[in-house]
Amino acid sequence: MDKFTITHLKELESESIYVLREVAAQFEHPAILFSGGKDSIVVTYLAYKAFYPLRLPFPLLHIDTGHNFQETLDYRDELVKKLDAQLIIGSVQQSIDEGRVKEETGFYASRNKLQTVTLLDAIERNKFDAAIGGARRDEEKARAKERFFSHRDEFGQWNPKNQRPELWNIFNGRKNMGEHFRIFPISNWTEMDVWQYILLEKIPMPSLYFSHQREVFERDGQWLAVSPFIKMKPTEHSVSKLARCRTIGDVTCTGLTLSKASTVEDIIDEIAASRVTERGGRADDKRSETAMEDRKKAGYF
Amino acid sequence: MGLLRFSTAGSVDDGKSTLIGRLLYDSKSIFEDQLQAVEQASKQRGNEEVNLALLTDGLRAEREQGITIDVAYRYFATPKRKFIIADTPGHIQYTRNMVTGASTADLSIILVDARHGILEQTVRHSYISSLLGIPHIVVAINKMDLVDFSQEVYSKIVADYKQMAARLHIGQVEFIPISAKLGDNVVNPSSNMPWYQGQPLLGYLETVSISHKAGSQDFRFPVQYVIRPISSQFPDYRGYAGRVSGGTIHVGDRVRILPSGLESTVGGINQATDELAEASSPLSVSIRLKDDIDISRGDMLVRADEGQPQVGQDFTLDVCWFNENPLQLRNRYIIRTATAETVGVARAINYRTNVNTLEREIGVSQLDMNDIAEVVIHTSSPLVTDAYAHNRVTGSLIFVDEATNETVGAGMIK
Repeated sequence: MDKFTITHLKELESESIYVLREVAAQFEHPAILFSGGKDSIVVTYLAYKAFYPLRLPFPLLHIDTGHNFQETLDYRDELVKKLDAQLIIGSVQQSIDEGRVKEETGFYASRNKLQTVTLLDAIERNKFDAAIGGARRDEEKARAKERFFSHRDEFGQWNPKNQRPELWNIFNGRKNMGEHFRIFPISNWTEMDVWQYILLEKIPMPSLYFSHQREVFERDGQWLAVSPFIKMKPTEHSVSKLARCRTIGDVTCTGLTLSKASTVEDIIDEIAASRVTERGGRADDKRSETAMEDRKKAGYF
Repeated sequence: MGLLRFSTAGSVDDGKSTLIGRLLYDSKSIFEDQLQAVEQASKQRGNEEVNLALLTDGLRAEREQGITIDVAYRYFATPKRKFIIADTPGHIQYTRNMVTGASTADLSIILVDARHGILEQTVRHSYISSLLGIPHIVVAINKMDLVDFSQEVYSKIVADYKQMAARLHIGQVEFIPISAKLGDNVVNPSSNMPWYQGQPLLGYLETVSISHKAGSQDFRFPVQYVIRPISSQFPDYRGYAGRVSGGTIHVGDRVRILPSGLESTVGGINQATDELAEASSPLSVSIRLKDDIDISRGDMLVRADEGQPQVGQDFTLDVCWFNENPLQLRNRYIIRTATAETVGVARAINYRTNVNTLEREIGVSQLDMNDIAEVVIHTSSPLVTDAYAHNRVTGSLIFVDEATNETVGAGMIK
């Protein structure tokens, strides 16, 4: 006899809401790292549910690479208006202008790595003591070792070999001045869980996730969007295709999936049949075997 | 679809990585780019076969040294259930990681090499599983292909295990003879062992009862946060946010607030805009009461007509120590439960358990990293708790070092 009837989505939702409430209780200045991707949208939605009818107790912090899809920015601004939330923007362009970072050049130039400096600057400037992110353990092998409450030293660095043990649902957010935490409320969700939850809760999503006609070109077996932010090689040619994003980063590193999926149900079917992980479309992870761990140690999301 | 969390403990030699790899591969949860990356990495390391351990060993140091250091979480789903694997290293110097992985598990898989039978590490894994109150244990007797799929070997190991387990408080135990390497009884039933009548491992994982998640019968609600919008739309709204950590609560139920002991009646339960008539473990909700009472984080709501938790300052605990700085008698530690925090001192170490032999060692003056012992503590303010055997959420606590803020130990209330 099995009387237990709560679905895995309800259990995951409850776990994430529990974590978000712990953040509000244990920290003074938390912020949600909002990228405009589905994971940070779901985290923001869970935060809305966790504190209703209170207004979102966290500002949204967007690290703007200046290389965004326009659709991402439109969605962000609309969401901020709807939730009456506070939006704080950390600009990579400004970090470049101030000489804090140096722009990469060439065909593979990306501002992905530069974001780390802008992010750490924004955390310091706004005195954030907790940055809430949408990272999931199933995404990537270094992320599989992340805690829900992940401690960062005064340089914003992660020390994977000396993480605090995390038992039951007791989260230790104690820290010294100048240190902060990264918090990952949807650690235990998979890509499939995220989409099933979006379907269940009818969360509106950016149009980029759905099939649309777009000018694209092929590079190293990946489809990339034609954009003023990417320099095309003379051998590369633009074509118009029906495509969608499976993950959303900035334009330079987001591979598009050729797809006819135009509803959330279609996307779920497509993921169920897919034999490649979502980060298989991310050029930033392919730089080396432990590219993610190296970036995370330095303070990346 | 339900969710089952299980932990595995073991070293590379007993085929744990192969088993996890097999579960992921046969349930089609490994993707092409992951497999490609592992194939490439195996080749670079000069491994002849694809080394499935590289799927779970994510950190640079782990890959370089070929060992699992930390708990790694893996995910897969079948049409029947979603699974979360807490994959932990099995060596004695990683006892603390095993404890961490086991703390949230519904089930523990203990691997036994059919050629070697019950070893010290089998005892250790079983002891930790019972200490952490894991409701189900599966003893997977692996490498059956290397003992000619012999029923006799299997039966002897089952009998030996039962004899050992009689000394532990172990719930339900299931024995499954498998070959992780060849796939026998992992996902598909084995044609090599017709004498085995039970389900293959995956079938068992898909159907084992998870009704224990409803927790103890008694309602427990540690308050995390008070929601007070003080807005024109909700001028008097006051909701107590938390996660139901046992039992069920209904609108209209009489509740007691601890430690104050004041009583009130549930006026409403909600999840964002949804008004609920009742809520059960493990749902996160917010609860409104009919009376204005001073309630804050760290307090606990319980039902007035059910069994009550303990409110006290003196506790006897099973403690697992995590830190290089030993636990010393009379040292001060921050003591944290799910939502409450106070300060405490260790007053006595009654005995330390040898995790390989289960013998109790008395006359111990300090606890070193990975030690497990029965300890008596005294706290500066009262905590609301249950016995761990009764409720894993309200019966657990952690020790935090005041100087470094690190989590240095974990305790289970007796």
